[in-house]
Amino acid sequence: MSRVAAPRQDSLLAATLREPDEVRSFDLKRWERLIGEARGADLLGQLHERLDAAGRLDSAPPEARRHLDIARRLSQRHREAVLWELDHIAAALGPLEVPVVLLKGAAYCMSGRRAALGRTFNDVDILVPSHALGRVEDALMGGGWIPEGLNRYDQRYYRKWMHELPPMQHKDRCTLIDVHHTIVPPTSGIVPDAAALLARAVPAGQRGAGMYAVLAPEDMVIHSACHLFFNEFHKGLRDLYDLHTLFGEFGVDAGFWPRIQVRAMEMGLARPLLDAMEQSRRVYGTAVPEEARLGLRAALGTPVLAGPRRWMLERVLLPDHPSCASRATRFARWLAFVRSHWLRMPLPLLVYHLAHKALRSE
Amino acid sequence: MKVSAIASRRFADQLAGPGVVLPCGPFVVRVKSPISQVSSGLHRLYADFDAIESDAFVDFEVRVEPPSVLRRILRPQVIFSCDGRIPFKPLPRHQAFAMLEWGLNWVVSTHAHDHLILHAAVLERDGSALLLAADPGSGKSTLCAGLVHAGWRLLSDELGLVRLDDGRVVPVARPISLKNRSIEVIRALGGLEVGEVCPDTTKGAVAHVRPPRDSVLRRGEPAMPAWLVFPKYSEGAALEVETEGKAHAFMEMVRHAFNYAFLGGDAFDALAGLVDRCEIRRVRYGHLDQVVPLLDRLARGEPR
Repeated sequence: MSRVAAPRQDSLLAATLREPDEVRSFDLKRWERLIGEARGADLLGQLHERLDAAGRLDSAPPEARRHLDIARRLSQRHREAVLWELDHIAAALGPLEVPVVLLKGAAYCMSGRRAALGRTFNDVDILVPSHALGRVEDALMGGGWIPEGLNRYDQRYYRKWMHELPPMQHKDRCTLIDVHHTIVPPTSGIVPDAAALLARAVPAGQRGAGMYAVLAPEDMVIHSACHLFFNEFHKGLRDLYDLHTLFGEFGVDAGFWPRIQVRAMEMGLARPLLDAMEQSRRVYGTAVPEEARLGLRAALGTPVLAGPRRWMLERVLLPDHPSCASRATRFARWLAFVRSHWLRMPLPLLVYHLAHKALRSE
Repeated sequence: MKVSAIASRRFADQLAGPGVVLPCGPFVVRVKSPISQVSSGLHRLYADFDAIESDAFVDFEVRVEPPSVLRRILRPQVIFSCDGRIPFKPLPRHQAFAMLEWGLNWVVSTHAHDHLILHAAVLERDGSALLLAADPGSGKSTLCAGLVHAGWRLLSDELGLVRLDDGRVVPVARPISLKNRSIEVIRALGGLEVGEVCPDTTKGAVAHVRPPRDSVLRRGEPAMPAWLVFPKYSEGAALEVETEGKAHAFMEMVRHAFNYAFLGGDAFDALAGLVDRCEIRRVRYGHLDQVVPLLDRLARGEPR
């Protein structure tokens, strides 16, 4: 079999997730680096799953195997904790009879996606109709979730400008919930039809007397892409792995690719989708049909500053680990931070927001 | 090679360059630091530890170093990082060694999830382990040092690592951290080596006790828990001892566990096993001379 050339800005972790059989030839020091990169990228549990599926767990020396087993133990227990938490959320929100759509980690978990395997996360994200936001917040407070102790500016930042309420934490279990009313900040200038997202959502499991739904496959992938490519790429490689597994699972259905193209164009979110396709293909070797990728490319044209943009994306999608750290990756992460704010709000608002943050910090 | 066998100058160079690889409880860590206080602290208090060959598997790389150039000029500070992650805010530079110790505790308590991780001091006598669990400020570490002085083997002053498969506690045998007046109390006992005092931390003055050689050499020997004690020091108090019920002790230990929620059912089983196996006492005391003999008698199985 001819081996595909390694992509630019490759990492041992990405290479191993692409070709798990390679671990047969790893020495102890290579395993050390692999485990470190996987921990830094928050992909240890997923690495365990990948090696297990490839029948290569036994290649791991005990020193490395131990960390993989710990990650597996935590991710399995995490699943129980998520289901338990969803029961509590259902108890609080059930009486409202509003649609509750799970996003990201909780959605992968409840809809049985492969992306949930080995994955852990800190908060449950839900999407509700914007007209029900007030009632949802009240009901959660009644159930013991308390808005995080933010100052007035932060409160206003979320409520006026963002696509979600300030995070709420449960007083006893310390669990976090993020309540969204749409999938991108309205201040970004992109306003997808949130009602359509809710209308297209599909039921997910029997938990909470069947009250939960998840986004339709195309919307789920587009949201995942937005979340990654509008943000600061903190855990970027992990989020890209989610996309890789989602593409792999949904992409088996040939109708998925034209459908997702149409949906992304409709919502004005074709750019993050194209980024997701291209980066996932580059890093993890995802099978993305040429027509889908080139079709989007033709429709979108070349982005502004295409070269520097690519330079940045390739570097922020490296594992957060000393083996991949350099001046260039630090600079790229800083650029990504600036860019995420730039995308999230118009310039005057951005200046106001950053000035506020700078002057108000301790 | 033992740390003590390396000349202090060479040790400092190694720490500032490729790093020194040391055992840290169930892990192996590479420590890097250009700061002389870190090097002298490690060289002195970890003297009996093996500096591991660098071809071994290193679980974590930790650094204690000055932050950016700009901040260095404004205010001398140090940051602790673990594989590039920075879990704490920077501290004043004179707290560098204490920060390394806190950082190493963080490394163990946030990663050793193949154990139930208890916030407890652990000592051993005749193959059985004594766990001391208490809220900060109860005198747990002081009592731990007092028991080490009385001949108990040190497993840890902070971290009770209970193996999930057999319920034994795994030694850490790192330095004991003392605060404020307890530094003088332990110095006055004689026989234990107390390191440099670091004043003005958020916890007050802090100093570390070098773990006895025997405790370090036997860091491969776990011990089965037999006694669980909730100590409470209060100045001038008379000795009070009561037997604590298993259910109460269990609930209190849930509070002292770092990863109870992470481990779920496994944590329940491990803790229930531990509580079942232990004789449990709640002890209030005003002086080490009251409580150390009491615990010695408890260990010998004598009635009080």
